[in-house]
Amino acid sequence: MMKSVRTAPQRGKPRLTTSAMIASIASEGQRTKPAPFGHALVELARNRTDVVGMTADLGKYTDLHLFAKEFPDRYYQMGMAEQLLFGAASGLAAEGFMPFATTYAVFASRRAYDFIHQTIAEEDRNVKIACALPGLTSGYGPSHQAAEDLALFRAMPNMTVIDPCDALEIEQLVPAIAVHKGPVYARLLRGQVPLVLDEYGYKFELGEAKMIRDGKDVLIISSGLMTMRALEAAQTLAGDHVDAAVLHVPTIKPLDTETILREAGKGGRLVVVAENHTIIGGLGEAVAALLMRAGIHPTFRQIALPDEFLDAGALPTLHDRYGISTSEVARQIKQWL
Amino acid sequence: METTTKPLANAPTLAERAHNVRRNALRMGEVQGQGYIAQALDIADVLAVAYFHAMRYRPEDPAWEERDRFLLSNGHYAIALYAALIEAGIVPEQELGSYGSDDSRLPMSGMASYTPGMEMSGGSLGLGLSIAVGMSLGLKRKKSTARVYTLFSDGELDEGSVWEAIQSAGHYKLDNLIGIVDVNNQQADGPSTQVMAFEPLVDKLQAFGWFVQRVDGNALDTVVAAFDAAKSHPEPKPRMIVADTLMGKGVPFLEQREKNHFIRVEADEWQLALAALEAGKQ
Repeated sequence: MMKSVRTAPQRGKPRLTTSAMIASIASEGQRTKPAPFGHALVELARNRTDVVGMTADLGKYTDLHLFAKEFPDRYYQMGMAEQLLFGAASGLAAEGFMPFATTYAVFASRRAYDFIHQTIAEEDRNVKIACALPGLTSGYGPSHQAAEDLALFRAMPNMTVIDPCDALEIEQLVPAIAVHKGPVYARLLRGQVPLVLDEYGYKFELGEAKMIRDGKDVLIISSGLMTMRALEAAQTLAGDHVDAAVLHVPTIKPLDTETILREAGKGGRLVVVAENHTIIGGLGEAVAALLMRAGIHPTFRQIALPDEFLDAGALPTLHDRYGISTSEVARQIKQWL
Repeated sequence: METTTKPLANAPTLAERAHNVRRNALRMGEVQGQGYIAQALDIADVLAVAYFHAMRYRPEDPAWEERDRFLLSNGHYAIALYAALIEAGIVPEQELGSYGSDDSRLPMSGMASYTPGMEMSGGSLGLGLSIAVGMSLGLKRKKSTARVYTLFSDGELDEGSVWEAIQSAGHYKLDNLIGIVDVNNQQADGPSTQVMAFEPLVDKLQAFGWFVQRVDGNALDTVVAAFDAAKSHPEPKPRMIVADTLMGKGVPFLEQREKNHFIRVEADEWQLALAALEAGKQ
């Protein structure tokens, strides 16, 4: 059977040209902070001599190079070998160290899953896994688009799962997960990372969902970069006299069930879960199941990536195409109201 | 012997230790009516040398910081390691009868959280050497003189991750890591060399930067010499002992049984096997 190949693009239509592996998620003019994970880890490691850094040939691309420069003797380059990376991280943790192991989300969740499952989670080893390119944050195509990472790590016993929104949250989660004893999977935004939550006086606390803004018409429950999209969409919606609340849920597991049930149970609001993740098995389905079990039945909608292999292309194009850009978030919510 | 408990003047010989490991394994096999008994019998001599000649540990304190670590990568060999841990006094002998039973600390596949002295959770093959690399790096960070022993099987050589670990151990010159690969030439689908050709194994491992010895894994004297050389070798390299072994070793009718990954032993044969083992006692 012949493989089916896409048809060539039509001429003449202007289009964005960046389908790069690493693309910035910052919108034009947005405030950013460089390498929040790398800087926060260096700060942490000054006082915590048990911290070691490990990577599989992606030190520069996970901001771990800052740690490597500051603490070269505490940095382990494991080569392009993710299974080894996590097995060795387990071994270092067994000897009392706290490895921060970095790679791309696709490689941790898909290639090394059994190693993380068996050598880290099953043995409850104190390894912090920080992964760049979560969800749809690369224009490179499915090889680098980790649309299912949250579903995979949510399903793993003992694993704490975090989807941070911005530079502030990443800075704050590094010391917070160091205090927590046990394995953690944290999605990582790297490079020039948008800074948003400082305007809201936000503070990250492990396991806690936080109301970033209140509103009476729609409750957007979101994680990761979708919280900044939700906040921007809320401003757009306000112009159309739609009052949107945003509940930020950075800890996907364990879920802050109390806060979610309290806010979703208030009634009178459309509940929308927005996530940078496939519609299968992420925050949306976690919240839906929680509400069903609790007998709370608001009108419920999901904004998430479709259950398909996503296209290569420029990120703004793809975020529009799959409904997770600010304008698409606002448009869908208006349509549902 | 580097154990901190002083050996008694009339301490059992290594041959007696190996015999007792085999006997313990057969008794556990009888409890379940099944088990990877042919592997346990083939590796008993290596385990006897590891636990009663080479390794440093405190039976009463399995988590002693200065202990040598022993990683069982081939978790289905748990029956063999339990047999050694019982002989070493790390696991009480009375637990032997619980092997593979509900709520037992001796599950059929080795897991770290179940059993004193079990350092990793095996079962999924090819994990051990990667963990060993991390432990060896960690021990060096701590300036510990403890070593990391890792037992794995020839079938595991098919796993790409094993070679990731072998390559990195050479890269990091992990001279505190001693690997032991059990070459019994049998894996799930048949003879290991036919399932996936792994020879010339010594040449390959040497090319990856390891100090390699290949020995008859059922000849106690040569196994002792191999462990001694692995410990004392001066080059900054990880060390590998390639141990050629005979499945079913010590029970002639099992040695001759058609080779199988999961060898069948009938209910009435366990006592016969124990009797054959006793009859062959040196």
